[in-house]
Amino acid sequence: MTSPITEAQSGGLLGQVPAQGGPGSKRRSPEEAGDGAGGRVLNVFSHGFLAIWAIMIVVPLLWIILGAFKNNAEIGSSAWSWPSHWSFGAFSRAWDKGIGDFFLNTVIVMVFSVPLTMLFGSMVAYVLARYEFPGNRFIYYLFVGGAMFPYFLALVPLFFMVKNLGMLNTYQGLILVYVAYSLPFTTFFMHSFFKTLPTAIHEAAVLDGASHTRTFFQVMMPMAKPGLLSVGIFNVLGQWNQYILPVTLMQQQSSTDKDHSMLAQGLVNLALSQGYSGDYPALFAGMVIAMLPVLVVYLSFQRQVQAGLTAGTLK
Amino acid sequence: MQHRKYPFIVGFLIVPLVLYITFVIWPYLQTFGYSLTNWTGESQNFKFIGLDNYTALFHDSVFRTALWHNILLLIFLPVITILLALFFAFMVNVGGRSTAGGVQGVRGAGIYKVVYFFPQVLSVAILIVLFGAVYRSDSAGLLNGILVKLHLEDANNPIEWLNDPNLVLWCLLAIQVWAGVGFYLVLFSAAMQSIPKDIYEAALLDGAGRGQTFFKVTLPLLWDSVQTSWVYISIFAMDFFALVSGLTPGTGYGGGPDHHSEVMATYLMRNFLSFGKSGYACAQGVIIMLVTLIVSAVTLRVSRRDRIEF
Repeated sequence: MTSPITEAQSGGLLGQVPAQGGPGSKRRSPEEAGDGAGGRVLNVFSHGFLAIWAIMIVVPLLWIILGAFKNNAEIGSSAWSWPSHWSFGAFSRAWDKGIGDFFLNTVIVMVFSVPLTMLFGSMVAYVLARYEFPGNRFIYYLFVGGAMFPYFLALVPLFFMVKNLGMLNTYQGLILVYVAYSLPFTTFFMHSFFKTLPTAIHEAAVLDGASHTRTFFQVMMPMAKPGLLSVGIFNVLGQWNQYILPVTLMQQQSSTDKDHSMLAQGLVNLALSQGYSGDYPALFAGMVIAMLPVLVVYLSFQRQVQAGLTAGTLK
Repeated sequence: MQHRKYPFIVGFLIVPLVLYITFVIWPYLQTFGYSLTNWTGESQNFKFIGLDNYTALFHDSVFRTALWHNILLLIFLPVITILLALFFAFMVNVGGRSTAGGVQGVRGAGIYKVVYFFPQVLSVAILIVLFGAVYRSDSAGLLNGILVKLHLEDANNPIEWLNDPNLVLWCLLAIQVWAGVGFYLVLFSAAMQSIPKDIYEAALLDGAGRGQTFFKVTLPLLWDSVQTSWVYISIFAMDFFALVSGLTPGTGYGGGPDHHSEVMATYLMRNFLSFGKSGYACAQGVIIMLVTLIVSAVTLRVSRRDRIEF
């Protein structure tokens, strides 16, 4: 799963026999000459289809980014209008209209929720993966099973649970809920990771007199870094993009209650109220602001993101 | 050693376990209990009314419409997504120029994967803003703009994508396909890479062509991934809350025009937060879960084949 997917490997996939010459080789074997014409047609054909879908992905995104530089009249007149002058005015308007606050709210929540998720998830996974005790399997399935049900099943009682704790529309309430709902996947992923780590180093640490806790923090956690990175990125993206939980739990309880909306939720509220205020460039700029951190994380950790997300399905 | 093991285990498990049971397990269980009551949510006074909520659900025409829409999504979303993803995975991995003695992936396969996968990391909120603009009901919308440019429609009479009762659900489906295909492309590609080379070499030696190799060798070996994907996409098809509530007309979580894009999740939220019918909403939550479980079980059962070990 973690192996990089490279072109070279794709090439090797269908059993390319290196002895007959690499891709750059000019020498042609008889059977290849026969397949050549068909192969070239297929190559053009597949590039064509792949390019069309790639354009379908990229064009709407670029079009929206361009929209952030247009003014309202240009956006309203035609899809093909071009911004008359380039300015970042829409970005600062979006920031002032609430996107800035929502951005900050999301960062505040995630500064606590992501490290806590990683800590608790690793602790549970480590104990379950490395220690024998009665009830081990039961607790494991309790955690992993929680990932199988849709959020909607829990939503109504969850709302009242948080309400009774007096934590509706508070950061700490959302942090605890985020951690709880991220635990199943984190535990599952780290459990399989701790299983694969060699036992010898662990035993050596214990023989040297390290306590269980110390072994975990000073020996096992550093060894688990690649796994922690993958699942950490997964949690950052997942919690940054979370929508249904904040919509339910982070509504203003009274007119004096502060607006603690998360970015995704605030952006949709802004979009839904556009009919009244009608500042589309600011809305598009808000979208770009919300997309930027995700884009940066995705492009820098592209391999881990793909590995982590696809591992989630392969359980 | 032994006498210090249990305090350590309990110490590590207790906090996460309490958190998890309080916010995840207990609400799940409560949903079942509350679905048998006439609870309104505000007061703690409620009566046990047995299965009345469930019988009421089956006479509720809005709920039946919503259920039907979810079933349509359950059929079409996995089929379209998986077929497209398999097609592109085939193109990326096998569609390249032939080299001596074999077939290889297209040039730039890595770039295609990066681009295709990107929508998967976008928040649904971004999809809502993005497709709100793409499906705009006048010629300033991207889709209408393209159709006008190609002279396929009249600029004065554009298609109102999300206000058209016959189109709205399919427009939403298209968004989910757009966002999902890249993910399954990467998933299938990874599965393809894990198939050992010598199987292909054997097929090649026996004179199998590209297409034959794909349908007779690759696809059967990918069956497990296809199956998992189907279950996973089905769970998405049961949701659609954010797209419907953010993009479609209708007061309180969308669903319009006239319930033509209503799904169970939006109707649940409206009953719970707008109508104050918490018990009734819980019963809907249970139905959503039951449908999900049935679909998963049926998928795994029907598509079961002899597992090929390699």
